[in-house]
Amino acid sequence: MYKNQAAGEGAVRPALEAVHLTRRFGSFTAVDAISFSVLPGTIFGLLGPNGAGKSTTIKMLTTLLLPTAGTGRVNGFDIVRQSVDVRRVIGYVPQMVSADGNLTAFENLLIFAKLYGIPRAERRERIMEVLAFMGLSDMAGVLVRKFSGGMIRRLEIAQSILHLPPVLFLDEPTVGLDPVVRRSVWDHIFTLNTEFGVTILLTTHYMEEAEELCQQVAIMHQGRVVTLGAPADLKATAGVTTLDEAFAHFTGSSIQEGGTYRDAARARRTARRLG
Amino acid sequence: MTPHERAVPHAAWVRSHYLTGFVYQCLAIAEADVRKLRHDPTELVTRAVQPTLWLLVFGQVMGRLREVPTGSLSYRDFMAPGILAQSVLFISIFYGISIIWERDMGILQKFIASPAPRVALVLGKALAAGVRGLTQAVIIYFLALVIGINVRMGIMSILGVLLSTILGAAIFSTFSMIVACLVKTRERMMGIGQVLTMPLFFASNAIYPLALMPAWLQAIAKINPLSYQVDLLRALMIEGSQSAFGIGVDLTVQLAVLAALIGLAARLYPRIVA
Ligand SMILES: Nc1ncnc2c1ncn2[C@@H]1O[C@H](COP(=O)(O)OP(=O)(O)O)[C@@H](O)[C@H]1O
Ligand SMILES: [Mg+2]
Repeated sequence: MYKNQAAGEGAVRPALEAVHLTRRFGSFTAVDAISFSVLPGTIFGLLGPNGAGKSTTIKMLTTLLLPTAGTGRVNGFDIVRQSVDVRRVIGYVPQMVSADGNLTAFENLLIFAKLYGIPRAERRERIMEVLAFMGLSDMAGVLVRKFSGGMIRRLEIAQSILHLPPVLFLDEPTVGLDPVVRRSVWDHIFTLNTEFGVTILLTTHYMEEAEELCQQVAIMHQGRVVTLGAPADLKATAGVTTLDEAFAHFTGSSIQEGGTYRDAARARRTARRLG
Repeated sequence: MTPHERAVPHAAWVRSHYLTGFVYQCLAIAEADVRKLRHDPTELVTRAVQPTLWLLVFGQVMGRLREVPTGSLSYRDFMAPGILAQSVLFISIFYGISIIWERDMGILQKFIASPAPRVALVLGKALAAGVRGLTQAVIIYFLALVIGINVRMGIMSILGVLLSTILGAAIFSTFSMIVACLVKTRERMMGIGQVLTMPLFFASNAIYPLALMPAWLQAIAKINPLSYQVDLLRALMIEGSQSAFGIGVDLTVQLAVLAALIGLAARLYPRIVA
């Protein structure tokens, strides 16, 4: 499995950077010239209500969507000019359910092992390793459509680390999960980071999630990064005791009010599928 | 070893084995589909209904008429390869729906965020459609034997038919994926598929020879890839039949069309997740 990548670190280069990253859909600006940089081994949270532009940001950094302006780098590779190199060093768990329900857990992983060119001799062992790591060993041969929401999420994370990427993108990893299951997913994310030094960018609109997991957060609002820093520092700056209040302080609105009808419908749909 | 170092040997492996890696990636995409079919083969049964009706009902009745000038072949012999091509067309032309479905789920996003080249992703899907096509070939051969159609039973003929079937399925499924990347929703895709299938089918030599058609329809049939598919299948499959265009022409036209479609589909593919 992973060896810790933080060990023997030389000159520290950001694992992840966004430089005036911008995406417009027609005349609508979904992501508005955002910049941030994430050091290796950090869990970085993009925090904001539905429609803030979090997923769009992830899609650009994972090379799924071309930026309208600005750029980004992942492990030093430019997301526009070196997109293939970027794809080799990232793992990605989309916001939606992305494990194939009509395949078993093992088969879901097998297909990706082959896509990522993991040599035949290592495939089986690697698959069983990531399944064990995510606590899914007994479920290897079960069709994913019989899985619970939490198990699906864990399988998706297992799939995303199959090729041992140094950088991981998790889009709303616990949306629609109940609190106990959410905590188990947090534990796994946390272990990936602390034991193996994986750099993780996750998006969330849950304040507890950001407080619990992230060393650094960027608060996004209507496509902009409003403020950026360690959760404790943000709270101190705002002179408040919770991240919720800090969010209100920096954006002038409550996180619960965010998003359009379409965003809400989409979030619920996702939640139902994960439920 | 750091995860970063870990990722590099794979990258190097992929580069130095570019072609092998490419083939593996195509096969992986196709494999996913085949495994799904294996878990739930009901689709194969429902897919058998249409060709059975065409061959048994339509074929028998039209055969009685003895009005269609099919040369030395009986009408049923003439139409059997046409029905194979048709049922492969029907499956393939709606294949784009499956990538829209995978997009809606979020599965396709992960494929596209992987280092596999877009061409491999498209070709793998085309191959998967080919496998579905093969199941139709098996059904048609079975029916043909039951009702006594003069099929060539040589191993090369059968192999030829199977490969041509994959080729035909690849062409129309890739076309369907292109449409899917442009229209992006299931509903529109269904509509377009329905609008396209019948004209493609009737403007071809599938159930009557080109000679029967008015000149304008002949002109359309001659630019319809399905005509070349049917012509090739008929020559390979039926005892005593001959290719109207020439097997070389059939193959060249279809391979050229497929190459162009794959190229276009690979360019458009990322659009579906945008
Ligand atoms: N493909 C698209 N076309 C048009 N608008 C889009 C598209 N994708 C996202 N948007 C819009 O961009 C905004 C940000 O979306 P998104 O990045 O998904 O937000 P978040 O992930 O923070 O909820 C939303 O208003 C959304 O409707
Ligand atoms: Mg989102």
